[in-house]
Amino acid sequence: MKRNLSPVELSKLSKKLRCDILCMICEAGSGHPGGSLSAIDILLVLYYNIMKHDPQNPAWIERDRFILSKGHAAPALYSVLAECGYFDKSHLSTLRNIGSILQGHPDKKLTPGVEVSSGSLGNGLSIASGLTLSFKLDKKENHVFCLIGDGECDEGLIWEAAMFAPHYRLNNLTAILDRNGLQIDGKTEAVMGLEPLADKWRAFNWNVIEVNGHDYSALLKAFEDSKKNTTKPTIIIASTIKGRGVSYMEGIKEFHGKPPSKIELEQALKELEA
Amino acid sequence: MSMKATRDAYGDWLKEAGKLNKDIVVVDADLSESTKTNVFAKEFPDRFIDVGSAEQNLIDISAGLALGGKKVFASSFAIFETGRAWDQIRNVVSHDELNVTLVATHAGLSCAADGASHQALEDIALMRVIPNMKVIVPCDADETKNALDALLNTQGPAYMRLRREKEPLIEKKYNFKLGKAETLREGSDITIIATGMMVSYSLKAADILKEKGISSSVLNVHTIKPLDSNTLCKTAKNTGIIVTVEEHSIFGGLGGAVSEAVSETYPVPIFKIGVNDTFGQSARSFEPLLKAYGLTPDQIAETSEKYIKKIKR
Repeated sequence: MKRNLSPVELSKLSKKLRCDILCMICEAGSGHPGGSLSAIDILLVLYYNIMKHDPQNPAWIERDRFILSKGHAAPALYSVLAECGYFDKSHLSTLRNIGSILQGHPDKKLTPGVEVSSGSLGNGLSIASGLTLSFKLDKKENHVFCLIGDGECDEGLIWEAAMFAPHYRLNNLTAILDRNGLQIDGKTEAVMGLEPLADKWRAFNWNVIEVNGHDYSALLKAFEDSKKNTTKPTIIIASTIKGRGVSYMEGIKEFHGKPPSKIELEQALKELEA
Repeated sequence: MSMKATRDAYGDWLKEAGKLNKDIVVVDADLSESTKTNVFAKEFPDRFIDVGSAEQNLIDISAGLALGGKKVFASSFAIFETGRAWDQIRNVVSHDELNVTLVATHAGLSCAADGASHQALEDIALMRVIPNMKVIVPCDADETKNALDALLNTQGPAYMRLRREKEPLIEKKYNFKLGKAETLREGSDITIIATGMMVSYSLKAADILKEKGISSSVLNVHTIKPLDSNTLCKTAKNTGIIVTVEEHSIFGGLGGAVSEAVSETYPVPIFKIGVNDTFGQSARSFEPLLKAYGLTPDQIAETSEKYIKKIKR
């Protein structure tokens, strides 16, 4: 795989992966397009420009780790892993099928490149903290990245991890919060208000960086800046749009967990390939 | 008879094992003085992690450490560790078969004075239903150390159930083997199958029954999962009647596990002595509490005799 893509290259690739995401969810007949499309740009930047990893050797001991805490964005992760070469792209059309290596939510035991299983919300940031601590105990520099959702911040366990990581000075941990503003029952601020969200993380002693989660240059700078902090864990609060890239999905809560119909898929592909 | 608490054996074991194995990391949730992980913490402060009173975090931090290659021992009281963090135990530790050994103390009624909120009477059931999970309930302090040795050399998750109180040490003529039920006494009229501290009480109950001319087999099932079905079925054939004894709900624990196994291969009447589908309560000392739930040696003998009469009259 080619590394260190330019923003233009990232943008081009993101369109391809958005198509992959929508095709696999449509084929599966169920899945979560909204949160996959809000997160895909973040994943792209991580896997192509930021993380140390080797698709030919998923167990490489020196690799950085990525944990998808919001497991329902599995199609986004699968699209990137396949593009990187962790497994053949032909698997994408088997999403959610019986016997598939691509389960509805990430499964460490079945999918090359998946570091830990997820799906039950709230677990990833704690696991990432424990993993970062293990590297710290061994005086290793592996960096751990963890993507959490904003609706996921309703889970109490997120805040247990939020207390833990700064207490143990886990500066090699970077959380990314996919702040798309929507959860299953509606707008996050209507369902269970999170704001002032950045202040909350600051109050918990995190290094907080706020960024547009679809702006590649800004994301790249945020990840670079996060590495400069030598005492605190970093959280990058990425403002995103749920369903980003498909006109009829953007900001529409129903597409949290609804697949596009065949006709809708065709329209989406047209828009993305235009 | 010498006495020792299983949790003290755990603390001693951690201190020794920690010297030999530098991968061992211990995680606790603000109960290290009670669970005895403080013994390890004092010796190896860098490898002891306190998460505060946050049991879900206890399990997921442990999971992360295990992903990083550590051999993790995670401790709290049984009720909080298995109850509050069941999702993390199921979906993370067990699903991904991580090297996390859950060693929970103050199980059963042994947290006597604190009352119902602190008494785990459902933990065996909660852990037993999870795929990949091993469930170990040592009968005394010595067996606790033997079982921990065995688990250290085993991959994947395990749950070990320990108690608060000092308990009698049992004379044993076997080497501990994970997954093996041990026949401590052979008899012909009834089989008493026990786990944890109820093993020593069942031996005493067998003595009482002997005086009445009743010959009992007594089995120590220290491993509830994977269960030694072969040994259980053999004894079912020999005596034709089984009584299970546990300091746990009569539902879903040892009695449930034995019933599931024996009913498939050699169904005989199985009676369950345990806490009868109710919550615990406070008591200023342990013995009166055991008595309130019918778990003293006298009561185990009396109830067993009643069951024999019911079946063999």
